[in-house]
Amino acid sequence: MPDGQVVNDAEHIGDLESYENALAGLNRRDFLAYCTGVAATLGLEPGFGVSIANAAVAAPRPTVIWLSGQACTGCTETLLRTNHPTLETLILDTISLDYNETLMTGSGHQAENWKQQAMKANWGKYLMVTDGSVPTGAGGNYCRVAGKTYIEAVKDCAAGAAAVISIGSCSSWGGWVSTGVNPTGAKGLNEIITDKPVVTIPGCPPNPYNFLSLVLHFVTFGKLPALDDKMRPKFAYGRLIHENCERRPHFDAGRFAMEFGDYGHRQGYCLYKLGCKGPETYHNCPSIGFNDVGQGTWPVGTGHPCFGCSEKGVGFTKSIHELATLKSVAPPNTYPAVATEKGQGMTPGAAAVVAGIAGAAIGAGAVIAGRLGKQDANAERDAPTDSDAK
Amino acid sequence: MAMSLRQQNLHEHQPLGGRIFTLPLVVCILLVLAAVYVLAQRYAFGIGYVANINDGYPWGIWVAVDVVIGSAFGCAGYVMAALCYILNKGEYHPLVRPAVLASLFGYGLAGIAVLTDLGRYWHFYHLMMPWYAQPNSVMLEVGLCVATYTIVLTVEFAPALLERFGLEDLRAKVNKLLWLFIALGVLLPTMHQSSLGTMMVIVGHKLSPLWQTQLLPVFFLMSAILMGFAIVIWEAVLAALSFKRPQETPVLKKLAYLMAVTALAFVALRFVDLAVRGQLGVAFGGPKASWFWLETLAMLGGGLILLPPRNRGRTRSLFIAASLLLVAGILYRLNVYLIGYTPAIGPWSYFPSVKEILVTVGIFALEVGLYLIFVKTLPVLHAVHSPAHATLSASSAKHG
Repeated sequence: MPDGQVVNDAEHIGDLESYENALAGLNRRDFLAYCTGVAATLGLEPGFGVSIANAAVAAPRPTVIWLSGQACTGCTETLLRTNHPTLETLILDTISLDYNETLMTGSGHQAENWKQQAMKANWGKYLMVTDGSVPTGAGGNYCRVAGKTYIEAVKDCAAGAAAVISIGSCSSWGGWVSTGVNPTGAKGLNEIITDKPVVTIPGCPPNPYNFLSLVLHFVTFGKLPALDDKMRPKFAYGRLIHENCERRPHFDAGRFAMEFGDYGHRQGYCLYKLGCKGPETYHNCPSIGFNDVGQGTWPVGTGHPCFGCSEKGVGFTKSIHELATLKSVAPPNTYPAVATEKGQGMTPGAAAVVAGIAGAAIGAGAVIAGRLGKQDANAERDAPTDSDAK
Repeated sequence: MAMSLRQQNLHEHQPLGGRIFTLPLVVCILLVLAAVYVLAQRYAFGIGYVANINDGYPWGIWVAVDVVIGSAFGCAGYVMAALCYILNKGEYHPLVRPAVLASLFGYGLAGIAVLTDLGRYWHFYHLMMPWYAQPNSVMLEVGLCVATYTIVLTVEFAPALLERFGLEDLRAKVNKLLWLFIALGVLLPTMHQSSLGTMMVIVGHKLSPLWQTQLLPVFFLMSAILMGFAIVIWEAVLAALSFKRPQETPVLKKLAYLMAVTALAFVALRFVDLAVRGQLGVAFGGPKASWFWLETLAMLGGGLILLPPRNRGRTRSLFIAASLLLVAGILYRLNVYLIGYTPAIGPWSYFPSVKEILVTVGIFALEVGLYLIFVKTLPVLHAVHSPAHATLSASSAKHG
């Protein structure tokens, strides 16, 4: 640990005993390690892990109400894949997930009543999370729950929310349901909720740790992290995929895979020419990877070009193999060859000398053949009976 | 005609005499001087200063042309000695001495060419040191064999020198031992000419499938025999033409037949080999297929011209066919050693530099120049007493 962190730790370390048994199944050491990991994900100093730990065990835990619109449930599914913390740690100990149509046990009136109660009890304090786009076509009738259209549901819920979070591309900017002819009039949540800031975590699905980090930041500091102009947390969407891509040196050197399975593809060259949208997509995929199995576990890492799932106007809009619009460095028109030509080839002088020798040989041969022809003719005239004699 | 043949069989050789410094010799000397200048640079500043050979093509034309093709040019002595002394065809005897002379120059200069191409040439004698030898090396076999054969050729040619300087006693002694050297002179080229092919078997897939075959030693031996025949005919026809001597057509006729058979057998075996290896398709549109066809058509053309017996009696057809077969042999060896060869980790490119070419040209000019001097001053060509010559000189006197 860097020297500068010692003081920070010393200030907060006094009440660590209270963490004992505060989190089911986690001992104090594991729990602090997890909080420090979260702090690292957020780009905070390791000492903030203690602050996060304090916030996470403080009762009551913040209520989260999760609504789903036109979604494939992928965003909820991706949340199920987390293991630091695991989902149960998150929803049972860190937050109080009071309503989520996929994960809750209750149904029908019971579920709806519970949602209303949770909203009322925590009015002005709860977190509202939505996945899926908002259908606006046909008066919003494409999605109706408990007699209310989805538009009305999100508006009611947002009115009492301390913060509104859109998870996934659909909820953030409309996603794949909003592309093309868009028969349901699908829109992002920020086009419906205009009186409150809607923080977006786009991606299809987004990396769950970006969502967790956002939530824990809110829980810890009571405010949202720094956001960009599209209301995305800067810690996750501050840089282009292209900037942190492990294949970037190949781009700069002009080494590209030209088709799947070719020499360059097998060598791990840049996928830009296969249509990789990394150069116009803001995301931290190359830095954090997916599924906690180590380096290189993201689409480009496995050899498929990024298709820009999180970027409006790129993902689901541009075709997969269309070239990305470069936002930073554009490649030159010509590159050095993948393998440099070595050795000295033909020079005009050498070619001329060889051609001269060949020409002289052919010329001399023709002259000699001509003279021999004459000699033969003379010999045959002088000895006409030569062949007969034999 | 039969009479004249018998007369020619007599062991009579005589120097041609005449002016030594003719225009062709002066041209040859100038070319040799140019090569000497380049070689001075090569030894002063290193091979890279004059040659384009590189890590991908460590063998340039100094090996492929000077040694591999040059030594094939030197196979005239080999085939003539085999015909005359092993197969006991005495009628070829007039052609043996000039052939041995051509071989001596071919091999001697190939040996010198190797010295120009050796990076650490000051270690050249290590070849002769048994404790440095790697006995499984085909290169060692070629090196030792060529060196020994050059000595053998010198002994084979020694009678001409001894005759010229009147050392009859010594000549008689050498003649007693000559059979041994002649036997060696047939054995050694059979070994190293086929080994020149084996050398490229080793490079494996770097050589195009059009040429890479386990039969490479056979093809190299056949092409050596073929080029040896062609050089004998070429040399005989040109010597007769330029020194205004009677053509040796009756002897050449039989040689031409053997040559045609060898050439056609070569082409047939090439196609059989390609078919057996399943590489016939490469000849049609595969990489470097045009070089294969150039080589094969020249070989086929040279062989077919000589098939009609009438053509074998005409010096022009003999000359054209011999030239075509020489071109075919040169192309075949060039294809195997340079053109059909692709270095494994590339792309490498190689084309000889002007200076490299000048050295090669200089070495061949040296051969021609030395030949011109030797036939004029030493008893190399057989003495002309035949009735054919008498009639020819009579007719020329009549015209004169």
